[in-house]
Amino acid sequence: MKPYLSIEKLTQRFPDGAGSDLTVFENASFGVEKGEFVVILGHSGCGKSTIMNILAGLADPTSGVVVMDGKEVKGPSLDRGVVFQNYSLLPWLTTLKNVTFGVKARYPDWSKAKVEEHATKFLAMVGLEGDVIHRKPSQLSGGMRQRVSIARAFANHPKLLLLDEPFGALDALTRGTIQDELLKIWGQMEQTVFMITHDIDEAILLADRILLMTNGPQARVAESVEITIPRPRKRTEIVEHPNYYAIRNHLVQFLGKRSKELAGQLTNDGETNRPEYVRIDKTEAPDDPEDKQPALRAVNS
Amino acid sequence: MPILSLNIRAALLSVVMLVVGLLIWEAAIPGQKAVAELTEYEILTGAGSAKAGVPPPSAVIAKAWEQLSNPFYDAGPNDKGIGIQIGYSIYRVLTGYFLAALVAIPFGFLIGMSQVAYKAFNPFIQVLRPISPLAWMPLALFIIGDSEASAIFVIFICSIWPMLINTAFGVAGVREDWVNVARTHELGPIKTAFTVILPAAAPTIVTGMRISIGIAWLVIVAAEMLVGGTGIGYYVWNEWNNLDLTSVVFSILMIGVVGMLLDSAFGLLQRRVTYVE
Repeated sequence: MKPYLSIEKLTQRFPDGAGSDLTVFENASFGVEKGEFVVILGHSGCGKSTIMNILAGLADPTSGVVVMDGKEVKGPSLDRGVVFQNYSLLPWLTTLKNVTFGVKARYPDWSKAKVEEHATKFLAMVGLEGDVIHRKPSQLSGGMRQRVSIARAFANHPKLLLLDEPFGALDALTRGTIQDELLKIWGQMEQTVFMITHDIDEAILLADRILLMTNGPQARVAESVEITIPRPRKRTEIVEHPNYYAIRNHLVQFLGKRSKELAGQLTNDGETNRPEYVRIDKTEAPDDPEDKQPALRAVNS
Repeated sequence: MPILSLNIRAALLSVVMLVVGLLIWEAAIPGQKAVAELTEYEILTGAGSAKAGVPPPSAVIAKAWEQLSNPFYDAGPNDKGIGIQIGYSIYRVLTGYFLAALVAIPFGFLIGMSQVAYKAFNPFIQVLRPISPLAWMPLALFIIGDSEASAIFVIFICSIWPMLINTAFGVAGVREDWVNVARTHELGPIKTAFTVILPAAAPTIVTGMRISIGIAWLVIVAAEMLVGGTGIGYYVWNEWNNLDLTSVVFSILMIGVVGMLLDSAFGLLQRRVTYVE
């Protein structure tokens, strides 16, 4: 049974300027289930953003396919909403008009009043209400702009929501509040989300599963780490959870050391090159060898 | 003591400069001797008739009052009110200008959308652009035949380049992110052009339009001096032939005022389409 979103042996090569090709990533394969929140972590240059652009349909891979809901992904579509790192709001439109812009594209036969009501509702869901929604993006703070961008994406009910380092340009405190807003709106919508980030704590807070990429060139998705912390999660409470630091250590070790060592190698599953599944759960009985093994191996290697 | 606002201080200074400048100008023009003071010899040699000279500002103001109190009189081909003359010039400028806009903006849009077209057309634009619009005049007169239409053609050819170049430049420079927003929202090419690219490039396009209208107004004066008949340029040249320097100075001022009004109209438009990123 194929997952809802299936990325199969995706390869991207760019000319390196010296006559030959640079392979950014090779045979990257993974799946995302419906309603799942998946975060991808990896160093700069491993091609995360390129994968994001391919999923969005804004770029074409050199080889490999992306299949969503039984159909191959070709070109951009309203089924795949994107929140870009730099917000990508249209600066000549007001906040509300930026959201109605998307809603109108998604539901062309809705009346003007219905479109505005829908947009206002989603802006309120990310905490933007009243006078603020009639301001231009230039009159908003970075955090507020990113909220507008998130509201625009959620208001369109895409089958897949792509978040490209959405909080990368924000300060730590603002990032925290918007992460909470994102969790809240995601909890209400059962939205399938695929997100890029550099921030390990952010990934643990938000994700159901974290995909780890090896370093580029010839990067690939090496591991898929399940986040065994129950929802709803609060940033102040999850740090107390016994699994938190175990998972965090695993991620730090991977990014600090193993992402380099594993670069250019295939996974054990050479045929499909699916990532190795890792589950770390300290709350379960310690004599369960199946769950314990990958965690130990990961920490020791 | 409260300090006056910046604008009021600037306005006061402007008025002072104007008054002082006019007084100096007035004082610098030597008055003509009254006929009664002349010797018989001087009267016989024609010194009694009014001498042409640069008029003092008082004479120009009197002329302005006379002309502006009845700007639309028409007493034959060589004697029309200043309003009619300026009206002809504005009509030519706007006709040529809007024809140019009609060609330049859509065409600039297409060039801006395609890098190949941009590079392919660029050498032609670069060669045609620096040509003085009046250099086209003989060719226009020969091919079009009609002097009125030739003047409009000269305006057309001079206002097309800034609009064309700015439109192409503005469209080509639209941020990739905004185009991606349109793409991820499945907007078709026409819808993308009107809802994303046009508003994004509008400040650059309007800047080009503003430059163009300025150039068109500069050129119409010279063009009308050549083609004659009507218009403010013809009026200036006609008054020079009449040796009526008061009218020349007055019409020079009028050219400036109308040019300023045209420019500020586009300034208003520019302010409306400008956005802050």
